[in-house]
Amino acid sequence: MDQKSINDIISVEHLSHAFGDKIVLKDINLSVKKGEFVTILGPSGCGKTTLMRLIAGFLKASEGKIFIGGKEMNKIPPHLRPVNTVFQRYALFPHLNVFNNIAFGLNLKKLPKEEIKKQVKQVLKIVIMSDYEERDVDSLSGGQQQRVAIARAIVNKPEVLLLDEPLAALDHKMRKDMQMEIKAMHKKLNITFVYITHDQEEALTLSDRIVVIRDGVIQQIGTPTEIYNEPVNSFVADFIGESNILDGVMIEDELVEFAGHHFECVDKGFEPNELVEVVIRPEDIYIFDISEAAQFSGQVTSSIFKGVHYEMIVITPEGYEFTIQDYHYFEPGKTVGLLVKPFDIQVMKKERYWNTYEATIVDKEFVRFLGINFPCDSAGEFEPGSDVKVKVSFQNVVLHDNEEDGMLPGIVSFILYKGNHYHLTISTRDNENIFVDTNDIWDDGDTVGISIAPDSIQIEST
Amino acid sequence: MSNLKSFMGRRRNWTIPYALFLVLFVLLPLVIIVYYAFTNIDGKFTLDNIKKFWIHPEAMQVFLYSVVVAFITTILCILIGYPAAYILSKMEQQKAKLLIILFVLPMWVNFLIRTLATVALFDFLKIPLGEGALIFGMVYNFLPFMVYPIYNILQKTDQSLIEAAQDLGANPRQVFFKTVFPLSIPGITSGIIMVFMPVISTFAIAELLTINNIKLFGTTLQENIYNGTWNYGAALSLFMLVFIGATILLNREGSSKAAEEGTLI
Repeated sequence: MDQKSINDIISVEHLSHAFGDKIVLKDINLSVKKGEFVTILGPSGCGKTTLMRLIAGFLKASEGKIFIGGKEMNKIPPHLRPVNTVFQRYALFPHLNVFNNIAFGLNLKKLPKEEIKKQVKQVLKIVIMSDYEERDVDSLSGGQQQRVAIARAIVNKPEVLLLDEPLAALDHKMRKDMQMEIKAMHKKLNITFVYITHDQEEALTLSDRIVVIRDGVIQQIGTPTEIYNEPVNSFVADFIGESNILDGVMIEDELVEFAGHHFECVDKGFEPNELVEVVIRPEDIYIFDISEAAQFSGQVTSSIFKGVHYEMIVITPEGYEFTIQDYHYFEPGKTVGLLVKPFDIQVMKKERYWNTYEATIVDKEFVRFLGINFPCDSAGEFEPGSDVKVKVSFQNVVLHDNEEDGMLPGIVSFILYKGNHYHLTISTRDNENIFVDTNDIWDDGDTVGISIAPDSIQIEST
Repeated sequence: MSNLKSFMGRRRNWTIPYALFLVLFVLLPLVIIVYYAFTNIDGKFTLDNIKKFWIHPEAMQVFLYSVVVAFITTILCILIGYPAAYILSKMEQQKAKLLIILFVLPMWVNFLIRTLATVALFDFLKIPLGEGALIFGMVYNFLPFMVYPIYNILQKTDQSLIEAAQDLGANPRQVFFKTVFPLSIPGITSGIIMVFMPVISTFAIAELLTINNIKLFGTTLQENIYNGTWNYGAALSLFMLVFIGATILLNREGSSKAAEEGTLI
């Protein structure tokens, strides 16, 4: 049996999972240290709950291994795993009162009655629910049920506590309070917490480390500050907090161009003139009355009071929009000076420069990819039947309101604003992605028709 | 016309037909039963009918015998029906629905015909009719009424509760006895109500499957009405009514929960 590092309470290796032919997790590698508070963060449908269910043992992994406390868990049923779970909708037993819900696990272990009583009382104190032992669980409020659910799990002193969006059903205020309590509990109990959530703010507040997942793939693992300040790609940057994401060019080490200006930065190691993406957090742009100190300027178009700061939209003469947060108010219409310090610019490698697909030449006029035949001007230059690669630039994909107007239908699945245009991810029926740069405004989930002009399909032989 | 419109417009007025039905076919017969139970053949008030039941050992014996038959039938229905319902609830919805329909299908055949067919079957197999046949007929007839409510409640059991039990260290057997079973008790309760009471009061099954050798309480009732001793018959049925009422009241907690969670078709 493989022995894992003693410090790693959970270790997940090359874990993949599929429901039917739908792949929900792809090659997940993750290790959690003893006593750590790790959050698995991602939008709904990203596979985070599947990952939790695999760790808890409710699902059997299609591929890969899970180790808990150094032991391989793949063949161990849930009731023998040293893990307890706080379920999303609590899953309290309606036929038992608060005491018996919490005592459930201890009763199974056949502990003496007195001992059970003592331990239940103890955890009720921890979750601040003393004197509720005899209550019917149905008579409790959402927050109280949540506490009982936590108590029921921690009373078993598991090595790992899994929490599946435990606060999702609570209102905002309650959620804030519970966050603090969960954090305090983690400190006190010395149990490893694995927390599942789609709420980035919750993740930043609670975690020692965050694992960002999208479409079943880990995007980034890091501390809250790392994830916030140094997102590895535009998805993470967009998902965690607010951000300005722009296309840029890395002129040379420590010099990047975006929004029509050159900026000093701290990033190195890119090719000269490599296309990149730049992230600047709204609070990292200095805004002031126009002066010599300004790197660039712009005009305020909107200014909204957000409680602590103002959130302002500034548009530059070059046509780029920036979201800026500042304690000072600048009224709409005013021309302002803007400045970004080098270390506040996060430069990221571009994930892609083109749409690229495997394709087959049909005849002199058509090339086949994404499941349909596209007319293509340069198809004649290749042997019919040969396998090739096609490239289509993001700007050259045309979207139509009506599915019927396009050559194939798709759904807008992700929208990223890049300051002066939108970068859309369109999913086709076969779950292929097409990336589109556009100035038009689309909504997430819109159905669209997609077409590509014959002269904008570039063919390369493979 | 406008009168009718305004009359129909008031939601309360919609209840009138139902109220009328209740009074005519539920309340009035009850009052008549009570009236007959407490009067003699000349229409004078008397407690003789009630006394007769208490004193007359035959009626009491038949009643107790009926309760025992109903009890055995109910137990057998639970023993056969619960596993069936459990297996059905674990199956794919589509398949389970088909099987449930197959289960309920015999119910669409008139039960007299069904029972006569059972008699013919026993004859064919050369099995003597009698107590065994009676119990068989009862279980055969009432089993679906036990399976369906249990299936219904099992099928709706929150999967996360089962996972929670596993998560807390329960092995499959413990999961069943500590969560699945206790959560399905309302279904069993409603199954019991659907089986126990009718068995006491049916007479056709007993008559046919025992060639009238065994009398159940339903038979006694029927004989009295048939023979014109209405007052005594009314007293007997009043007694059964009170008995049924008391049992349901005792089960109130369970039955109200069962009703909430949906039971029969």
